[in-house]
Amino acid sequence: MAQYVVRRLLLLVPVVIGILLITFLMKALIPTDAVTAMYQGQLSEKEAAQAIATLRAKYHLDLPWYQQFFIYVGDLMQGDFGESIRLRKPVIDEIGYRYVNTILLTALSLVIALVLGLTTGILAAARRNTWLDVTATTVGLFGISMPAFFFGLLLILVFSVWLRILPVVPHGWMAIILPAFALGIIEAAPLSQVARSNMIDVMRRDYILAARARGQSEMALIFRHALPNALIVVLTVVGLQIGNLLGGAFIVETIFSWHGIGELAVNAIQWRDFALTQAIILISAATYLIINLVADIMYAWLDPRVELVS
Amino acid sequence: MSTVVLEEPIVAIIPRWRVMAGKLLRNRAAVVGGSVVLALLLLAAFAPWIAPYDPFKINPVQRLKPPSFQHWFGTDEVGRDLLSRIIFGTRYFLLICLITASISATIGTLLGLIAGAGSALTDSIIMRIIDILLAFPYILLVLVVVAILGPSLWTGMAAVGIAGIPGYARLVRSSVLTVKREDYVTSARALGASDAEILFGTVLPNVMSPLIVYLAFATPLSALIASALSFAGLGTQPPAPEWGAMLVNSRTYLFSAWWAVAAPGMALFISIFGMNILGNGLRDVLDPRS
Repeated sequence: MAQYVVRRLLLLVPVVIGILLITFLMKALIPTDAVTAMYQGQLSEKEAAQAIATLRAKYHLDLPWYQQFFIYVGDLMQGDFGESIRLRKPVIDEIGYRYVNTILLTALSLVIALVLGLTTGILAAARRNTWLDVTATTVGLFGISMPAFFFGLLLILVFSVWLRILPVVPHGWMAIILPAFALGIIEAAPLSQVARSNMIDVMRRDYILAARARGQSEMALIFRHALPNALIVVLTVVGLQIGNLLGGAFIVETIFSWHGIGELAVNAIQWRDFALTQAIILISAATYLIINLVADIMYAWLDPRVELVS
Repeated sequence: MSTVVLEEPIVAIIPRWRVMAGKLLRNRAAVVGGSVVLALLLLAAFAPWIAPYDPFKINPVQRLKPPSFQHWFGTDEVGRDLLSRIIFGTRYFLLICLITASISATIGTLLGLIAGAGSALTDSIIMRIIDILLAFPYILLVLVVVAILGPSLWTGMAAVGIAGIPGYARLVRSSVLTVKREDYVTSARALGASDAEILFGTVLPNVMSPLIVYLAFATPLSALIASALSFAGLGTQPPAPEWGAMLVNSRTYLFSAWWAVAAPGMALFISIFGMNILGNGLRDVLDPRS
C-alpha cells in the first residue's frame, strides 16, 4: 500500500510541473502583456514608456522566460500569487474567502448529487426494465442535456417567482440552496448512470447468486452484498465528478451571484487580469489533483486488486 | 446420366454501412435523435426563408411581448422576434458543433494514432502531455485557452475544440494499441504496406466505431460548454442570435418576461438532448458490447 502511494505521488511530479508551466505560459502567451494593457491610452507616450519600463522590471517581464518561470515558482512557494491589477491588492486576499465559498458550494452539491444519483441508480438497477428504470434513465439523459445556466434560471423562476418559497435575492445560508441544487441535480445524472450499470454488473456475479441460493432476502442482496462492491467503482467517478462541479461552479456562481472563485474567474478573464486568472486556474487544478489523488488511494485501499494491476 | 450443374453460390454482399443504416433506422432513440439533428440542419439551411422576421430588427414598440400569433415565441428586450432568432441560432449551434468537433477530433485522432503506433518514446512524450492536460477539469482547460486568446465566438470555439483534444487522443491511442496486434495488421505489413498505409488504411478504419460513438457524445457536450461560455460573456457576443448569448440580456428580464429565457434555453436543451439520444442509438448499433 505504502509503495502504491509513493508511486502515485511520484507520478504527480511531472503533472505538477506541467500545470505550473501551463499557468505560467498563460502570461507569456498573452499578446499584450498586462503592464501595457494597464496604461494603454491613459498617459502621454513618454510617461507611459517610463511607467511601463518600471513596472516591467518590477514584475520581471524583462527577464528571459525560464528565469521568469523560476521566479514564478519561487514566489508561489512563499505563498505569493501576485497582485491583481484590477483590484489592486494581493490575489490571495481576494481568493481566500471565495475559495471557501466554492468548496462549500461544491461539497453541498456533491452531497445532493450523491444522494439523488445513488438512490435512483440503485433503484433502477434493482427494478431493471420496469417503468422505474426507464424513468430514471430518461431523467438521466435530461440531466446530461440540460445547460446548467438555463436550469439555474428555471429554478429561480419556479422557486423565487412562481412558488415564492425562496426570496429573489436570498441572503445568508439560504443563498446556497438554489445553486447547490442546480449543480447537484445536473451532476446526479451521470452518477446515477454509473451506479446503475455497476449495480447491474455486480448483481450478475457468482457471489450474489450464491448469497441468493443461501436464501438471503432481496434487500440484503442489494445493500449488504452488491452495493459495497458497486460503490468502489463509483468512487473514482466521484473524483472526476468533483472536477465537473468545480468547473460547473463558474457558471452557476455567476447566475446566483454566489461569490466563489468561479464567478471571480469569469470576471478576471473579462478584466484581462492575468495574475488573478492564473492563480484561480492554478488553485482549481491543484484542488482537483489532490481530490483525485485521495480518490485513487481510497480506491486502492478498498480494492487491493488495483494495487497489483498498476 | 444427368449432368451435375454447379450453380454459383448466391451470396448477397450487403455493404457494411447499409447493415448499420438499417439497424439505426430500427433503433427508436437513433430515429428520434436523428430527426432533431435533421430538423436543425434544415432550419439552418433555410433560415432566411423560414424565419418570419429579421433576427436583428429592433422594434421598441414590440419589446418584451409574450408569445402571440404575430410572435410565436414572443419578443426580446428590444422587440426582436424570438422565433426568428432561434431559427438563425441553429446556424451558430451547428457551426460550433462542426468547428469544435473538427478541432478536437482531427488533432486528437492524429495524436492518438501517432502515440499508439509510434515508438515508445513518442508514445510516452505525447501521453505525458495528455496526462497534464487531463489533470485540468475540462471547463478549466477551456478557460485557460479563452484567457490566452481573449473572449469571442472564434476563440471560444477554438478553446472548446482544444480542450477536447486529450479525450480523443487517449481513446484513439488505446484502440490502436488493441488493433495493431491483430492478424490483419500483421498480414498487411507482410504484404509490404508502408507505415502510413497501415496506419490510415488498416488501423484507422478499425478504430472508427469507438471514435464515432465518442464523437456523438463529445460534440453535444462541447456545444453545451461553448454556449455556457457565451452566457458568461466569454464566447459569442450579443447581438448575435447564439442561444447562450441570447440569455445574457434576457436573464435580466427573468421576472417579467420568462419567454425570453425559455425560448433559447429550450432550443439548446432540445438540440443537445436530440444529439445525446442519437449518440445512445449509435452506441447500441456500433458497440457490440452494449
